[in-house]
Amino acid sequence: MSQRQTKLTQNPLEKIWIPSMSSKLYRRRGSSVPQFTNSPTMIVMVGLPARGKTYISKKLTRYLNWIGVPTKVFNVGQYRRDATQSYKSYEFFRPDNQEAMKIRKACAIAALKDVCAYFMQEQGQVAVFDATNTTIERREVILSFAKENGYKIFFIESLCDDPEIIAENIKQVKLSSPDYAGCDKEEAVADFLKRIECYKVTYISLNDEKDRSLSYIKIFNVGSRYLVNRVQDHIQSRIVYYLMNIHVAPRFIYLTRHGESELNLVGRIGGDSGLSPRGNKFASALGGYIRSQCIRDLKVWTSHMKRTIQTAEGLGVPYEQWKALNEIDAGVCEEMTYEEIQDHYPEEFALRDQNKYRYRYPKGESYEDLVQRLEPVIMELERQENVLVVCHQAVMRCLLAYFLDKSAAELPYLKCPLHTVLKLTPVAYGCKVESIFLNIEAVNTHRDKPVNVDVDREPEEALLTVPDHI
Amino acid sequence: MNSNEDVMMATSPRELTQNPLKKIWMPCKNGLPEKHISQRRVCMTNCPTLIVTVGLPARGKTYISKKLTRYLNWIGVPTKEFNVGQYRRECVKIYKSFEFFRPDNEEGLKIRRQCALTALNDVRQYLSVERGQVAVFDATNTTRQRRGTITRFAEQNGFKVFFVESVCEDPDVIAENIVQVKLGSPDYIDCNTEEVVEDFMKRIKCYENSYQPLDEVLDRDLSYIKIMDVGRRYLVNQVQDHVQSRIVYYLMNIHITPRSIYLCRHGESDHNVKGRIGGDSGLSGRGKEFAKCLEKFIQEQNIKDLKVWTSQMKRTIQTAEAVAVPYEQWKALNEIDAGVCEEMMYEEIQGHFPQEFALRDQDKYRYRYPKGESYEDLVQRLEPVIMELERQENVLVICHQAVMRCLLAYFLDKSAEELPYLKCPLHTVLKLTPVAYGCKVESVFLNVEAVNTHRDRPEWDWKKSIRMFHWTYSSFRFTRSFSFLLCNESLDNWNPVQW
Repeated sequence: MSQRQTKLTQNPLEKIWIPSMSSKLYRRRGSSVPQFTNSPTMIVMVGLPARGKTYISKKLTRYLNWIGVPTKVFNVGQYRRDATQSYKSYEFFRPDNQEAMKIRKACAIAALKDVCAYFMQEQGQVAVFDATNTTIERREVILSFAKENGYKIFFIESLCDDPEIIAENIKQVKLSSPDYAGCDKEEAVADFLKRIECYKVTYISLNDEKDRSLSYIKIFNVGSRYLVNRVQDHIQSRIVYYLMNIHVAPRFIYLTRHGESELNLVGRIGGDSGLSPRGNKFASALGGYIRSQCIRDLKVWTSHMKRTIQTAEGLGVPYEQWKALNEIDAGVCEEMTYEEIQDHYPEEFALRDQNKYRYRYPKGESYEDLVQRLEPVIMELERQENVLVVCHQAVMRCLLAYFLDKSAAELPYLKCPLHTVLKLTPVAYGCKVESIFLNIEAVNTHRDKPVNVDVDREPEEALLTVPDHI
Repeated sequence: MNSNEDVMMATSPRELTQNPLKKIWMPCKNGLPEKHISQRRVCMTNCPTLIVTVGLPARGKTYISKKLTRYLNWIGVPTKEFNVGQYRRECVKIYKSFEFFRPDNEEGLKIRRQCALTALNDVRQYLSVERGQVAVFDATNTTRQRRGTITRFAEQNGFKVFFVESVCEDPDVIAENIVQVKLGSPDYIDCNTEEVVEDFMKRIKCYENSYQPLDEVLDRDLSYIKIMDVGRRYLVNQVQDHVQSRIVYYLMNIHITPRSIYLCRHGESDHNVKGRIGGDSGLSGRGKEFAKCLEKFIQEQNIKDLKVWTSQMKRTIQTAEAVAVPYEQWKALNEIDAGVCEEMMYEEIQGHFPQEFALRDQDKYRYRYPKGESYEDLVQRLEPVIMELERQENVLVICHQAVMRCLLAYFLDKSAEELPYLKCPLHTVLKLTPVAYGCKVESVFLNVEAVNTHRDRPEWDWKKSIRMFHWTYSSFRFTRSFSFLLCNESLDNWNPVQW
């Protein structure tokens, strides 16, 4: 029974309390949410070509990275393209093509080696192994590899027999593949269909009986049905929940900030002020723009803060208020100007410039906290179809970073100016963005990272990038 | 609404007013809040949902029904369960034997069908009239015919249907089930264990022949989850909306492995001693004593693979450090944010913000501190913690008074009215052990004195409340006639204004 009275110190950047001496007890770097994975996890895709494996791999990776779980995709097709000179035809994939088989297996092994390196040297937590993995033999190789190295495995199998979905898939992502550069459309489709046939011959789906000790999810026909077997831990549970909420129905997501507010005008951050006259004009303009878009069944979401609600009121349609969409809490710096923050808390101001993503305001939040807070919003955005989100600068940056796969370093500096609507359209493996400025002037609230981020810098150096205000 | 073309052209946005209790901005006209579609939280579903359990006896249907109901109510979705077996017990006063359930017992079949219909009637009452959002129809529902009746009933009334089927062939699980919940059933008062088991097994047999599980092909248009072998495997089909998605996620995270959850607050803090709320102070001398006693207590409990969770506030972390077990910090476990009242004493709050203080006493669950949070916000914030607690096994959660009240309310199925007044004194560990359909609670005071931080619901002073309302609403520029109305309400008709 130890007599320890450990002293705690508060890490100045994230405001996390940690023991002064290195304590064996507090193992992890502080963050808003406990990190739940102990051993690295390999997610292994299974399925015939054109079943959405790469789509799922990329989307899942994007989601996991956004919530703070370092994840990387290993697309074996990419390794194959790097290994072979150029793709000639489906004949490469014929099951009796010995030469090609050797190359393909070597590519898979190379990818597995890189997975290992990712976990060991790059502190990765999840690796998504994106390939067809349609034979028992191939899956065995992967399972042995994982067992040797102490990695958990979770299979994601996508099954689809709807010819329309497959055709659409081929159109969206195969025609533009490097394999078919310079090919006529019909030729490409014909070749690809023959490629699928090559795999069908040897395809063995995950079996409910034989594979009952494996952890996996089977997705049928783009999500109308799921079979989930032996979820082992927290991260697999989150992955399953995410996969069950995403869909491929075409839709639009509109992101915008509230109209210019009274506090925006005077360069003050946070608070709960109302719209300025120009902000009100924006609210009307937004209504006009939305009506012109003729969107089917549009949902409108706001935060609980007056300025977003006033903006939504201008639309004349029902809206839902989410507390989770509230602006980042600046704690003791609420309603201050940057000049005042520099004046009262120069050290805090510098720390923020050093690591804007992890920096937590005293008695406030960090961007990292914001992401955790916004996760249910993202989950519901995935479930929904056409949505307009009226929110705030930091919040919009976080949401945008999710859709555009921006890193934690880039996120806090994404440009989200007032009176500008971003229209996001999911397309192929990513998101198309259109930026629409509604032609009503507003102050600029974007503060770039200054050159000098040292704690002992001069005030002028700190305030160099502060945008103009009254 | 199909397109926004039909919408009236809003000339200028409506005035907003902030509801004094919940601090929610709402449109108003002439200073009065307007009836408005804007909701304060995510829309779970547009129409009521009927959850229908399916499965042979002793497959955990009632366990799932009760747990799911408890969870949905806690997150704010009004839910009620309707156990057809209960209706049957009320109809047939005394249970004689399994013979009642024989498929050739015409009399029995008639009664059972009647009970199901009565229960469905009550479901209709709850969902359509009493504004419930989810009803859980707990019965075997093992035939396609019965399920068809229910589906038609739901269609007629505009309810969505979601089936939850539990399939299990593991004899050990079934036996344990019978021991845990059937032995104590009203059906088997005055029976010994062997008699119960024997009769119940015969009862199960009565259902087996006519059991038609949900079929992948025949039932492909239904929305359902099939739970196999107590959660080893799930088949999920056609999830329609948000609430069904949440239900599936919840069902996939719960388990029945025996375990204990320990809840306690941090040791007494310096602020506690001074009577200040919130803040981020360290432990007092007695608080440190408590931390040491907590370590001893935990050691004596000899818990397998104990996980320890704290908030990110100094006082819980200091407490965990003394327990000498690795711990995880959750920001979600931080104490309720008292906004402008942070670090004040109750007397100071009364002095500076008397109307806020009164509003809080009127509806402590929904009351939000200015620039702070409400208990209702806290529950939303804690939902991922509860979800992870369901996944885990032995856990010790070192948290704070308001947070502990929310967690406790979840485990003990306390209402929103009771929640903010649950007693969670310092230096006391609550050990929760799931048993049968609920939770056993043991309260262990670790014998280190501490201040009392519990503030009871004050006696309701109606005269003072009327003055408070008048003051509050006139200060938000409500019309005189409205406040006149309030003041002249006869005492008998007085109802606190609910937003």
